[in-house]
Amino acid sequence: MDFDLMFSSLPKLLGASVVTLKLLSVSLFFGLIVGFLFAILRINKNIFINKFAYGYSYLFRGTPLLVQIFIIYFGLGQIEYLRSTFLWVILKEPYWCAIIAFTLNTGAYTSEILRSAFQTIKPGIIEAGKSLGITNKIIFYKIQIPIAIRQSLPAYGNEIILMMKGTSLASTVTLMDLTGVAKYIISTTFKPIEVFIVAGGIYLFMTFIIHNVIKFLEKKYSFNT
Amino acid sequence: MNIFKKTILTVLASLFVIGNVYADKIKIGTEGAYPPWNSKDASGNLIGFEVELAQELCAIMKHECTIVEQDWDGMIPALLMRKFDAIMAGMSITAERQKTITFSQGYADEVASLAVMKGSNLVGMDTPEGINLSLGGSDVKKALKTLTGALAGKTVCTQTGTIHQNFLESGDVGNINVRTYKTQDEVNLDLTSGRCDVALAAAVAFTDYADKSGKPVTLVGPTFSGGAFGNGVGVGIRQSGDDAIGKRDAKLLKDFNKAINTARKKGIISKLAIKHFGFDASM
Repeated sequence: MDFDLMFSSLPKLLGASVVTLKLLSVSLFFGLIVGFLFAILRINKNIFINKFAYGYSYLFRGTPLLVQIFIIYFGLGQIEYLRSTFLWVILKEPYWCAIIAFTLNTGAYTSEILRSAFQTIKPGIIEAGKSLGITNKIIFYKIQIPIAIRQSLPAYGNEIILMMKGTSLASTVTLMDLTGVAKYIISTTFKPIEVFIVAGGIYLFMTFIIHNVIKFLEKKYSFNT
Repeated sequence: MNIFKKTILTVLASLFVIGNVYADKIKIGTEGAYPPWNSKDASGNLIGFEVELAQELCAIMKHECTIVEQDWDGMIPALLMRKFDAIMAGMSITAERQKTITFSQGYADEVASLAVMKGSNLVGMDTPEGINLSLGGSDVKKALKTLTGALAGKTVCTQTGTIHQNFLESGDVGNINVRTYKTQDEVNLDLTSGRCDVALAAAVAFTDYADKSGKPVTLVGPTFSGGAFGNGVGVGIRQSGDDAIGKRDAKLLKDFNKAINTARKKGIISKLAIKHFGFDASM
């Protein structure tokens, strides 16, 4: 065990985890918007809208994230027509390709988490609102959404942790995130065990923080207290 | 009791024999993704200059060999973890690598080159045909200065953990935006897509890609050798030690050196080089 290497690589890896956190937060932010929109489409009664939303979530939950990144980064980059459009400004950058892949992936999972949360709301609660003369719109915003958010917290916490680990795939499209920098250090020191232990420790620490924040939120918005 | 003892002895003896046969079989690691040095055919078999050379060297050493595939970024760690006994993967002999492993004498020399897509403004750069960084001198300095100016602000792509990356990050060509990839294939893809303004690898890696893909990839600037680019390509072997495996590694190094000598004298290396590179890259 080369402890000196572990200590000396720590600052570099910590610096790289900022990139990881940035990738995570940006894709979670956009993913939440996408997921929310598709969750609403999923509970829509129109069969076409419903199937469209289901198709999206089926596609992105049914294929590996790595394949999605490769298709978006290397695949789209090979389409000559695309390179002449304004889209290329975004797709040219590995960072945005990773964000797009992560967003679409987490969006698909988030839409399913929120959909099931919406569907667990007991009809009685909505009927109670209606009998009090509250409009459908207000029932949706003030009753359904808060309950759905509370219901989906545990599952969404898991999704954040899965996504955090998923960001390690950004290193496959040249981004220097935590995994990318770990691989870089290994390429010059040839000592994968030491470096990956430190990188793994940092991932574990991030999971610890996320887990506890979610636990705190769950307690705070619990119905029982 | 006697039968019991006998059985154990037989089992142990057979284990020893099997173990010995196994240890005698040399495992050679290669990347299988760096044509024409080493690559894979459509059905997944390892092919290329080094795969054929490895078979020739093993025939000379009268050893049975198996060639195994290993990703480039895990090549040296895998050797150290004894997943195989030797590396033949277009790996240049550099001082940095020699801190961790040892090399046989070189069997082939590669020059590195920058490549761009035709129509790039880097085409027609005014530099000598080739520069040797070990020699230095005013020519080299002038060429590096020209390159520094031409590459400023450009995204230069190369494979992770290569001599090419070392050179780009050495500061010899100024502060450029270096982007690294897991394989040369990916570098080629991003060069043609336009994400990379320019790429650096073995010159033959680009000419081979241009030939096979028909993409307008073209070499620019000087060819590079010496300095960060090392001293030719050799067989990578674990540093020898005092234990049984360490002694075996020492013998392996000697055997490979002898076999390379023989192959060179018989013209086998030249023949294979001409077949795969189109010119005699043997050394």
